[in-house]
Amino acid sequence: MNLEELQRTMAAAVMQPLTDEEEMQPRDTTGRWQGRPMDEVVGQFIAPNSRLTAFERLEIYNRQYWFRLQTAFHEDFPALRAVVGPERFEALMNAYLTAHPSRSFTLRNLGSNLLDWLFQNPHFAGRKIKLALDVVRVEWACIEAFDNSEFAPLNIEEIAALGANPQLALQPYVQLLALDYPADDLVLDMHRRQRRESSEAGARPEADQDEDFTPLRLRKHATWLAIHRVDYSLYYKRLTQPEYRTLTGLRAGLTLAEALESAFAGSRLNVASQVRQVQQWFATWAQLSWLCAPANPSVGQ
Amino acid sequence: MSANRFNAYQNHGVGIGLRIPHYDHIFAHQPAVDWFEIISENYMIDGGRPLHMLDRIMEHYKVVQHGVSMYFGSAQPPDREHLRRLKSLVQRTKTPWLSDHLCWGSIDGTYSHDLLPLPYTWEAVAKTAARIREVQDFVEVPVAVENVSSYAEFLDSEMTEWEFLNEVVERADCGILLDVNNIYVSSVNHDFAPMDYVNAIPAERVAQIHIAGHTRYEKYILDTHDHPVIDPVWQLYARAVERCGPTPTLLEWDDRIPSFEEVWAEARKAEKYLTPAKSAAEEPQLTGAAR
Repeated sequence: MNLEELQRTMAAAVMQPLTDEEEMQPRDTTGRWQGRPMDEVVGQFIAPNSRLTAFERLEIYNRQYWFRLQTAFHEDFPALRAVVGPERFEALMNAYLTAHPSRSFTLRNLGSNLLDWLFQNPHFAGRKIKLALDVVRVEWACIEAFDNSEFAPLNIEEIAALGANPQLALQPYVQLLALDYPADDLVLDMHRRQRRESSEAGARPEADQDEDFTPLRLRKHATWLAIHRVDYSLYYKRLTQPEYRTLTGLRAGLTLAEALESAFAGSRLNVASQVRQVQQWFATWAQLSWLCAPANPSVGQ
Repeated sequence: MSANRFNAYQNHGVGIGLRIPHYDHIFAHQPAVDWFEIISENYMIDGGRPLHMLDRIMEHYKVVQHGVSMYFGSAQPPDREHLRRLKSLVQRTKTPWLSDHLCWGSIDGTYSHDLLPLPYTWEAVAKTAARIREVQDFVEVPVAVENVSSYAEFLDSEMTEWEFLNEVVERADCGILLDVNNIYVSSVNHDFAPMDYVNAIPAERVAQIHIAGHTRYEKYILDTHDHPVIDPVWQLYARAVERCGPTPTLLEWDDRIPSFEEVWAEARKAEKYLTPAKSAAEEPQLTGAAR
């Protein structure tokens, strides 16, 4: 076996899901080795020592792999765990991590596919799937808002100087969400802003792993939300639907006029009220430093 | 000896790993720590609080970057995005040298986020050395590779771990981050004499030394970085300093992190070994000491 094939083989063994007792599977469950006993498989490339078999030695890595990913996932989605319950969360987490192992050098991106995956696999959340999806939206948005980039903001005078129909951009850290539930209330209540650090330590941290939260009981209520940061701390800001539409329009690259047209489509507000509202929005957005110049503004707009 | 081309001729003294639970203490008290080691990947991001805090730290302290996912021993080419972000951080921190591990951890774009051991083969020597050279050329600072703790050995291995390390660093012409705790952990897990390892490494290539604690189980030791340094590891450290001279030394404490004072007090125990070595190094008549 050359180095590349050896590493591919070892990775497959190390990343194979654990048993319910958090041990290495006695037999191959991936199909890669036709269901053969794992001690045979591992014995082909790992040497035993006087105290441990080849199986037991590789099992250390198998367990470390899963403990590390599970710990990261726990830290990123504590409110999801509270909503679906610890048992369902374990199954959801292991199924997701099997379907979407890390494809990034950083564990920060581990949950990047969770929303799409849960949408495709709603049975993992049970009856609370819609709330679970909203909570995932909020928890993932927190990760993005925490360390996404920030460009020089435009103040209200600079925005005014861009003309009547400028193209504007939103700071990459500003996350816009349209929710079925006011899931921000739930997440705010229980999200512990403990940031994960990469390290070499391989042990499973004990802190917070088994702590059960009781989530707030929420009623369905359409909610538009921005998650952003001020002075490097995360904040949540509720938006009106037209405000949300305007901001998503700007993010999609619409000009201001196009974004506002989309935002007020079907609105019963008279034009004067709309103008007042837009002025208030811009004053707030500029104060919060949400607006910046687009990287590549469209020519002629 | 201690200040050499693999640590940009710096002699940083004793440092500790920069960890979030210690931020408040550091900013409030500005303790006299010689330097902090940062985990590169924690700061290879686009913005936000982590980079802001790093910038604040760098106003008062020297920092050195230590990576956990370059995977010098991976058989496939490095992730270009990873390299780009790493270089960007190098330019921000002005780290005098950069370290990562003699291990592998990703294949076909999937990451284990673990420091997986290599088979000690000539093929692995050639591929690992080539990758270290590639990274070193790209980031344009000296690179030091760290020996890892391991729990498994490969049937294919053709040499000892220290022979493998020596071959790799010679071919890559890079430095060594000598982790004496990792040597101890692996020596127990693989039944070799740890002092043989320390005595075999090329002292002139040691850019930095790591010390740390670990957890002993019935049949093996796990490198958990959650305990003080034990005496046998201090003995390895003493011998390493005897051979290498007063080398930049870093205590790792990554889990169940105690107060700043406790971590710093543990790290400063290294000064007992470093100070005599520094005096000896400054005495011109003591050339030819046992190395």
